[in-house]
Amino acid sequence: MAKRYVIFDLIISSMKTKRLLLGDEALAMGALNAGLSGGYAYPGTPSTEILEFIQASPLTKERNIHSHWSSNEKTAMEEALGMSFCGKRAIVAMKHVGMNVAADAFVNSAMTGANGGLIVVAADDPSMHSSQNEQDSRFYARFAMIPCLEPSTQQEAYDMAGYGFDLSERLQIPVLMRMVTRLAHSRAVVETEDEARRPNTLAYPSNPRQWVLMPGNSRVRNRQLIKEQEDMVRESENSPFNRLTPGTDRRLGILTSGIAANYVAECFPEGCPFTVLKVSQYPLPKSMVEELADNCDAVMVIEEGQPVIEEAMRGLLDRGVKVYGKFDGCLPRDGELTPDSVAKALTPFWPSLSHFHENINPVHEMVVPRPPALCQGCGHRDVYSALNDAMKEFENTKVFGDIGCYTLGWLAPFNAIDTCVDMGASITMAKGAADAGQHPAVAIIGDSTFTHSGMTGLLDAVNENTPMTVIISDNLTTGMTGGQDSQGTGKLEEICLGLGVDPAHLRTIDSLPKNHDEMKRMFVEEFDYRGLSVIVSRRECIQTARRHAKKQ
Amino acid sequence: MKSDIILAGVGGQGILSIATILGAAALGDNLYLKQAEVHGMSQRGGDVMSCLRISSTPIASDLIPQGKADIIVSLEPMEALRYLPFLSQEGWIVTSTVPFVNITNYPDQEALMADLTARPNVVSFDMDAVAKEVATVRSSNMVLLGAAAPFIGIPVEKIEDGIRKVFARKGEKLVEQNLAAFRAGLERAKANI
Repeated sequence: MAKRYVIFDLIISSMKTKRLLLGDEALAMGALNAGLSGGYAYPGTPSTEILEFIQASPLTKERNIHSHWSSNEKTAMEEALGMSFCGKRAIVAMKHVGMNVAADAFVNSAMTGANGGLIVVAADDPSMHSSQNEQDSRFYARFAMIPCLEPSTQQEAYDMAGYGFDLSERLQIPVLMRMVTRLAHSRAVVETEDEARRPNTLAYPSNPRQWVLMPGNSRVRNRQLIKEQEDMVRESENSPFNRLTPGTDRRLGILTSGIAANYVAECFPEGCPFTVLKVSQYPLPKSMVEELADNCDAVMVIEEGQPVIEEAMRGLLDRGVKVYGKFDGCLPRDGELTPDSVAKALTPFWPSLSHFHENINPVHEMVVPRPPALCQGCGHRDVYSALNDAMKEFENTKVFGDIGCYTLGWLAPFNAIDTCVDMGASITMAKGAADAGQHPAVAIIGDSTFTHSGMTGLLDAVNENTPMTVIISDNLTTGMTGGQDSQGTGKLEEICLGLGVDPAHLRTIDSLPKNHDEMKRMFVEEFDYRGLSVIVSRRECIQTARRHAKKQ
Repeated sequence: MKSDIILAGVGGQGILSIATILGAAALGDNLYLKQAEVHGMSQRGGDVMSCLRISSTPIASDLIPQGKADIIVSLEPMEALRYLPFLSQEGWIVTSTVPFVNITNYPDQEALMADLTARPNVVSFDMDAVAKEVATVRSSNMVLLGAAAPFIGIPVEKIEDGIRKVFARKGEKLVEQNLAAFRAGLERAKANI
């Protein structure tokens, strides 16, 4: 179900309109206006709004643009690659850890190359607002040897979509677009075109051998890809998004990228006294970096995420130009940057920035943390309450959790799970633990996570009749990201039976307070069974249920 | 003009609709705006905060630096105090006094109120009660917006236009209710300053 969007427009000319858009929305709108034929994604914060915006756009309906959710990031990536194979423009969006799921397809898409423009959006989440790690997706672009775009502003996110498609088609290569939370989820006024470019017509690749990655073909392609790195550097050096702004004070040069460039600008509202190189297109524009280094006594690298540029600047021996950044503690190594942390790093070079860290009110001593919690009326609550009661009848219990709202079951009052690692890991880790002799070994997984990455692990357990229990807590939606359609809705039991789960140990119950005792009994019975069992506990997410009730 | 606003509350309270309205108002007034918010896990009953920056000149950072916010606008008293490090020395706090207690270690409410009222530059009152009086309790976020309006630097008419735009889809009755709540909040704030 697509969410409804309210977007406020201000017509500024016959060709352009000013709109208030999130970074994600600006990027989606840029892609739509650049002749998009297919949007592909699995929901994940902070990337979800990209496909949601495409789903809600009138253009999507008018042009029959693909916008259905995919089962996971790998299927989404491959579907987008198939669209590109046919010569049409496709975008695939995911959160940073989704890149790990899509990695096989992603890295090999650099080998096949793109035919129609292909943009892969990875939305990083430094500070882990809603994620389990801080991995920096720019590494993936370098790893796969493809260009990476990193917008600084919502306007750039919009502009780079069309630019990225053109670049992708010009170089016949997928382009990675790296977003970060503070851009993805920040609104600003964006100027958008009123006319959308016509979508590409179906056209097959001119280099069909390259799409069959057999060793003989891949070896040829790999050499070509290595050779084309020079073209990609040249593209970066001529990119309108990489800018060198000369300064008057040569004691320091600032090498910044993406959203970090905004924090540098915030420090110097009247203009920066130091030369600034803002990078928003990779591979690094070598000649521009050279010019910066040649004209400054030292370089400070200010980048959001892991020290990707800084590591390249220092090299292993760090004997070149003097570099300041995250490795030497000038800037924090973890968490997202802030205007404050950037100002603090620059204050030794520009003492008047001290106003950024003077007269700051201390943290109030009465304020206590307010962690998120499962909603009142959420079915996961009933599952955990019955699970905890059932577990009282066993010793040495272990519950393997997964990614979703129900991860909150680790917190008080339930304290019900022992692990949370990655999508689908509940089932496979419970299996590994059962293999090691753990009993009871219980996995708890949501419906959307189950169809994302749980089904294959369940097949492993079926094939060995592993003594373990899988609880699929089905809320008929992808809850944590705001209620997107879940791919397994209405099919979970059939999927389990199809995979070979014993029908006698595939049980279903409604997750309701009145069923507490029955659910507890069911759990105890299946934990006692020394084979594989699956319990589907079902109740619609309270948030989507409210939305559905309102609609009627 | 330049106005840096911290919007605070608990997930689900409706601070983001305040941001939406001010966004519509700022766009209608041809101002620059940046508004950073957090989605996902943090929305489930946890503390939520949004940085809203409005200016007649271009804005660089999506985040407000510490010590630079002109105003903290909060639907919850403890949440208002959470962001004190962001407030400038001359900044204002506009907050509802109705506590949202979904944690076991919520601070002593009397001490919290005493602390809040002892501070200079605070507008605080029971916004649920005012909302109930003129509309429904669900409009308390519009009472808050009204109470904050004198400090924002956008003409009141433009904010009212924003309310009309945002609620237009939901019918004239809801528009009028929200406008009434907004005006009631505004009156209370004016009497307080």
